[in-house]
Amino acid sequence: MKSLEVLSAAGKLALSRLISEVENETSAGRTALDECFSRSGKAHLIGVTGAPGTGKSSLVNRLAQLIRREGNQTVAIVAIDPSSPFTGGAILGDRVRMRDLSGDPGVFIRSMASRGELGGLARTTAGVVQLLDAAGYDLILIETVGAGQSEVDIARLAHTTIVVESPGMGDDIQAIKAGILEIADILVVNKADRPGIENTERALRANLELGYSHRVTGKAGHGGFTEENKVVDAEEWVPPVIKTIATEESGFPELIKAIVEHRSYLQKTGLLAQREHERLTDEFDHILRHTLVQNWKAQTSDEHVQQIMDAVYKRKRSPANAVEELTRTSN
Amino acid sequence: MTDRKIRVLIAKPGLDGHDRGAKVIARALRDAGMEVIYTGLRQTPEMIAEAAVQENVDVIGMSILSGAHLVLVPKVIDTVRKTGLTEVGFFVGGIIPEEDVAVLKVAGVNAVYGPGTSTVTVIEDVKSFAHAA
Repeated sequence: MKSLEVLSAAGKLALSRLISEVENETSAGRTALDECFSRSGKAHLIGVTGAPGTGKSSLVNRLAQLIRREGNQTVAIVAIDPSSPFTGGAILGDRVRMRDLSGDPGVFIRSMASRGELGGLARTTAGVVQLLDAAGYDLILIETVGAGQSEVDIARLAHTTIVVESPGMGDDIQAIKAGILEIADILVVNKADRPGIENTERALRANLELGYSHRVTGKAGHGGFTEENKVVDAEEWVPPVIKTIATEESGFPELIKAIVEHRSYLQKTGLLAQREHERLTDEFDHILRHTLVQNWKAQTSDEHVQQIMDAVYKRKRSPANAVEELTRTSN
Repeated sequence: MTDRKIRVLIAKPGLDGHDRGAKVIARALRDAGMEVIYTGLRQTPEMIAEAAVQENVDVIGMSILSGAHLVLVPKVIDTVRKTGLTEVGFFVGGIIPEEDVAVLKVAGVNAVYGPGTSTVTVIEDVKSFAHAA
């Protein structure tokens, strides 16, 4: 039970070292996760995602600063930047925008490299978040890799997902594509002092209207709702569109209010528990897949795999057929 | 699968605004497969120590072109060690007079790099400081 005591002692260095164990997927890291699991599940996990350069780090900085100023909630930040696909190295530069938070003992910032994962998070981000949760941080802000259109893993991990846009990021067709906008619980248009803000806001609102027409326009829609439908309808969350300027404080009171409202919406509707179940199932699936592959690799000879792969290279076998052959013989 | 990456903090303590050297080193270490936490300009020793703790780094590199290295570097090393991060390695880059190099080494710096140092040297050194940790 050593790791539990370490966490409750609020020893930041000890916590930080445990995070490295989890990140490096060592057995010490696994033990720590097992032992602190029962103490996790209390924090509100807030994801912040969006294209590179929309101002995610600045937004996280300001948000954390104002949350700290407002009340007695502690904040942990996990900021993910991409690893080079060629060298595996990374420049983790999110702290550059978070200097306002330094010196505050109620804030813990950890940078993570994506280490080859493509969904906007690192494979061990969920584990790192669990440690911070068990360590007692009330709010955990998770900033993804600068995301394009399909890096949507954050929506599975976070309770509340904030998608950050900024003016000049594309027309209304970009807005109706599937993907990152769909996962938003809250839409933020940052850099609201820039030209083009009206167009971006309009495109986002128009997109929302396509999805939630009866709510956004405030009309009953086609008029044919049954009583039952109306109840469900009234409970539906429509992502608010909030304009912010992260270098100032403009829009942040509204953003914090929206986060609190979303949290109580999730609790009231039972969606919080449902999302939690989905997330844990997802995490289980992830680990299962990873473990099965690792175990399989450990008990399969490289030479045998190479032989079969040679046949694939010569187009004598398809990749699917190779897998079938390899998984059959190893059993 | 364990994948132990070397984590390096690149910091600019003090007031000078010249960060090209720091960026060149950060980039070189990245290209050598390390994870480089870049903190930006005008960091106080307390800010550097806080970042080093939260990021659990193996090595801290400081770039100083202001001439204040004899004040800043021992202060940073002292502040970092007081947090309990006793095994972290330190290097300094910048315009450091020959006679000051020995002073910095006594203060706990593993290596000092002046202009014209090959990034290959820095990479090999950082690997050895990290593995000594």
